[in-house]
Amino acid sequence: MTPQAQWDWSIGSKTVFDLAVNNDEIAWREENEASPDGEQIAAIVRTQDETFTVQVNDELWPNQFDRVWYLRYSPDGRLTALVNDGDWKLCIDGEPWEEGYGFVWNTLFSQDGSVIACCVSDSMQYGMIKDGEIWPNLFINANNFVLSTDGSHTAAAVQTIPLGQAEIFKFKQGVFSVAVDGEAWDRNFVNVWTPVISPDGTHVAAQVRLNLFDYTIACNGNTWNETFAQVWEPCFHPKTNAIAAPVRLGGKWGLAVDGQVVWKPHFFQVWHQRYTPDGNHIVAIVCPQYGRWTVAKDGISWKNTFGDMLLDLTLSSNGQRIAAVGKENERWTIIVDDKIWPNNYDMCWKPVFSPNGEHVACKVERSKKYTIIIDGAPYNRDFSHCWNPVFNQDGTLILIRGIIDNKYIRIVEKVSNILK
Amino acid sequence: MKERVWIKDEGIERGAEALTPERIERTINAVLGNETGARLMAYVETCVHCGLCSEACHFYLSRDKDPSYAPVGKVKQTIWPMLKHKGKVSVEFMKQATQIAQTECNLCRRCVQYCPFGIDIAYMMSLVRRIVHKLELTPLYIQDTAHSHSATLNQMWVKDDEWIDALHWQEDEIREEIPNARIPLEKEGADIMYSVIGPEPKFRTQLIYQAAVIMNVAGLNWTMPATPGWDNSDMAMFTGDSEIMARLKRAHFETAARLRVKKIVMGECGHAFRSVYDTGNRVLGWRMPPIPVIHALEFYWDLLNEGRIKVAKQIEEPVTFHDPCNVVRGRGLHEKAREVVRAFCKNLVEMHPNREHNLCCAAGGGVINCGPPFKNARVESNSAKAEQLKATGVKLCIAPCHNCHGGLDDIIHKYGLDMELKFLGEIIYECMEKPEA
Amino acid sequence: MERIYILVSGPLAWIAWSVLILGSIYRLWQVFSLAKQKEQVLFSYISLKYALRSIINWSIPWNTTNMRLHPIFTGVAFLFHIGFFVILIFLSAHVIMIEEGFGLSWPTIPDALADVMAFLVVGACIFFGVRRIVRPEVAFVTDWTDFALLGLVAAPFLTGILAYHQWGDPLLMTILHMLSAEILLISIPFTRLVHMLFAPFTRGYIGSEFGMVRHVKDW
Repeated sequence: MTPQAQWDWSIGSKTVFDLAVNNDEIAWREENEASPDGEQIAAIVRTQDETFTVQVNDELWPNQFDRVWYLRYSPDGRLTALVNDGDWKLCIDGEPWEEGYGFVWNTLFSQDGSVIACCVSDSMQYGMIKDGEIWPNLFINANNFVLSTDGSHTAAAVQTIPLGQAEIFKFKQGVFSVAVDGEAWDRNFVNVWTPVISPDGTHVAAQVRLNLFDYTIACNGNTWNETFAQVWEPCFHPKTNAIAAPVRLGGKWGLAVDGQVVWKPHFFQVWHQRYTPDGNHIVAIVCPQYGRWTVAKDGISWKNTFGDMLLDLTLSSNGQRIAAVGKENERWTIIVDDKIWPNNYDMCWKPVFSPNGEHVACKVERSKKYTIIIDGAPYNRDFSHCWNPVFNQDGTLILIRGIIDNKYIRIVEKVSNILK
Repeated sequence: MKERVWIKDEGIERGAEALTPERIERTINAVLGNETGARLMAYVETCVHCGLCSEACHFYLSRDKDPSYAPVGKVKQTIWPMLKHKGKVSVEFMKQATQIAQTECNLCRRCVQYCPFGIDIAYMMSLVRRIVHKLELTPLYIQDTAHSHSATLNQMWVKDDEWIDALHWQEDEIREEIPNARIPLEKEGADIMYSVIGPEPKFRTQLIYQAAVIMNVAGLNWTMPATPGWDNSDMAMFTGDSEIMARLKRAHFETAARLRVKKIVMGECGHAFRSVYDTGNRVLGWRMPPIPVIHALEFYWDLLNEGRIKVAKQIEEPVTFHDPCNVVRGRGLHEKAREVVRAFCKNLVEMHPNREHNLCCAAGGGVINCGPPFKNARVESNSAKAEQLKATGVKLCIAPCHNCHGGLDDIIHKYGLDMELKFLGEIIYECMEKPEA
Repeated sequence: MERIYILVSGPLAWIAWSVLILGSIYRLWQVFSLAKQKEQVLFSYISLKYALRSIINWSIPWNTTNMRLHPIFTGVAFLFHIGFFVILIFLSAHVIMIEEGFGLSWPTIPDALADVMAFLVVGACIFFGVRRIVRPEVAFVTDWTDFALLGLVAAPFLTGILAYHQWGDPLLMTILHMLSAEILLISIPFTRLVHMLFAPFTRGYIGSEFGMVRHVKDW
């Protein structure tokens, strides 16, 4: 697919594909996926001869399979699915990998989509495959799989020592580690969770449990000196590779950087922390008061809180603006820079900032209809289904992908028109 | 009188070998000092030792009214001495406290309903379990289950691919019956996420099958996750490992949030409901579940009342219905459950007592999960339930909870009751209108 | 003897009531500040509606399942608690003392009725005591403090009866009555008699959990 700037940004609406058109070969069609540029709509389809394939616009993939699942577009526009033709394979744009395995799942993409990975199990051995290349070592179990944002490395929590039935004492000696590109750290832990790869690919950090009670963060096999009653997934400073992680002390949550507490533990919860792109600030989802949720920046909570839930903490690319999805009394809405949008919805999807951070948009659902909201203002058409919108480079245009009357439509609209 | 035997369990015995009096003292005082407050103080000081909670307990009733099995008797043998001696209790005491709190109380909360002051004895037994966890004395089998939870986020060491494979397999099976049926995986924006407990993909796949048939027939927009977070069960809750409980519940709710579902519907499991609806959400800071959790019983009732499922035939033979404590005392679903049972069964014969005053199955609260060493004692300790079942004179018992199934099954065998056990979903699956294959 | 009477009816009474009131305030403050400090979470599960629902249902004799399982105990327990407070508040001798001391007055019950009630309260204490011995589930959790508390509660009523009927030396009996009552008052905040203060809260809390969260009756 062409870079985003070269997509068709001419204002207007076009029907890309009429989903109502019958294809005699197809028994049923599963969930639709729209390509990032909006030019394709794809779905797994069951054929009349009881096999599965993928339909992209009006074309079927040439191969048919016993099973196809997990149809996902890579950010670079390649269409992937997990397919079974006797063996399990990843299939990209209709081309299955040559090598097949016992099972593959959990397709992962690098940020730009240029690297595609997935998890693999074969003959009771577990690991990952990146761009068709399987780890040199597989493990008796693996989970918590991750692909670095630049696609250079993969990592997972792996079991390095087998465990018989109810071997609780052996378990406590530590049988889990982290494998990076298939190479396990030389140290085991009681538990390992959520490996995270640093932006430069040189460090991998994970949550570990040292015994049944002491939790800490390990990086490249070495743990922090400090232990905590509990920790959540770490994240890396974008430049220095410092590690920040929520930690629980004395029954309350705070935040530690490289083992040192930087947010005093006075929250009922802290998680989903991340650095701003310049690395100068840390933001996180917090629970400052039991049952109330909000965003905190550098340990300072926003004033507005939500009772039910807060998720999808999103930063603009310059790090100046913060948005999240909040839920209060079963109604969802968006909060941006501590201001709650006036309307609420049956569901809100992850907010999307325009590249310069000026606008924020998201997909919402109300009464089984879907549409797009920009800065709180709704687009004037409802869809029976739609996808998250995409801003163009300067944030003046927005790409809307949706289905109306069984027709998949690609719309480019001026942001200013929607905000009017 | 049935004599209490102090049972040898490898987890407890080997754990005790590593204990010192200092560690016991330090641990008890740390838990009681740091993790308790007004509630424990008020409970301990308010209790006037009246013994009125005794008859609430099926252990007490089944063990010839042995007072050491009465709820307050269990508190006397655990919490009181810990407080009185400020944690200076012996290793032997802790081993016995472990057996009492971990295997002789189902945390069914029936005694809470019998105490004039509403003292939550289950809470105090949970506290003992917390201390037991911190002392690494937890019985072997349930500790192994908690380890599975920690390592895989499910109860049965089910690996990531095995879960997905089980669902694919069930989908294939269903298509033999309903050709275009689906188990939609990872369907973002579905209305419902269906979640189950670890044993279902492992050896009760027919329950996933039946639930999926019900979903398909009812025409619902539903999904199941293809990632960890699919398992709603939680034995860590019952071993006092609230940190692992928090991890499990976070994964469960964040999976549902990621899938953008409006609600989580869960299978017929009681303890998982307690964890998701009451206990697990709280340790994370959520006052109530952040995404509504609908237990199967309520879900069936909704489907029936919305006309999404219809009764094709009724079970002719008389049936009885066992009220699982975690969805009855824990959520008040007893009437809705009965309405569904009556819709599908001609003749419901009640056990007595019933509804929110039901007698527990003696398996819940993690007791059955303590495994074979404690099985005999557990089954012996519920002759009261056996008598209750027997008195109905029926041959079919509906028990909408996994642990209840396990517990009742053992009771039925031990006491020679000629009775079959079924989940309510099985009855619905058998008796509802389905499209012709 | 009269000096002792003056002491128990004057300064000791003041002390006893002060200790009761201040002690009660302290205990309530203690439990609430502890809850606020360590169990803040609990406050969000308290519902006045369901707390009252629970308290009311447990205040009606033979209304709860367990009360019906123990009909005699329930009857005795209600008589005991009603007798305790009715005599404390409405006994003419008590009201007269209040009137003399503070100029406040309210209706009283006939002395004959109070007398019957006092016998019932003492009888109830004996019943509770015997129950502690003969019922294994109660005996198992009973120690000397339980009997001491019963004695503490029974003593003012017993001595009251003796004083009223002029059995024994009336002044001595009155002194013993006042003294035992004062000891009882002082004990309330610092023994398990504190259930007088805490019960509405333990009951209200669990009633809220059962009513608001679990949607089920707690009786």
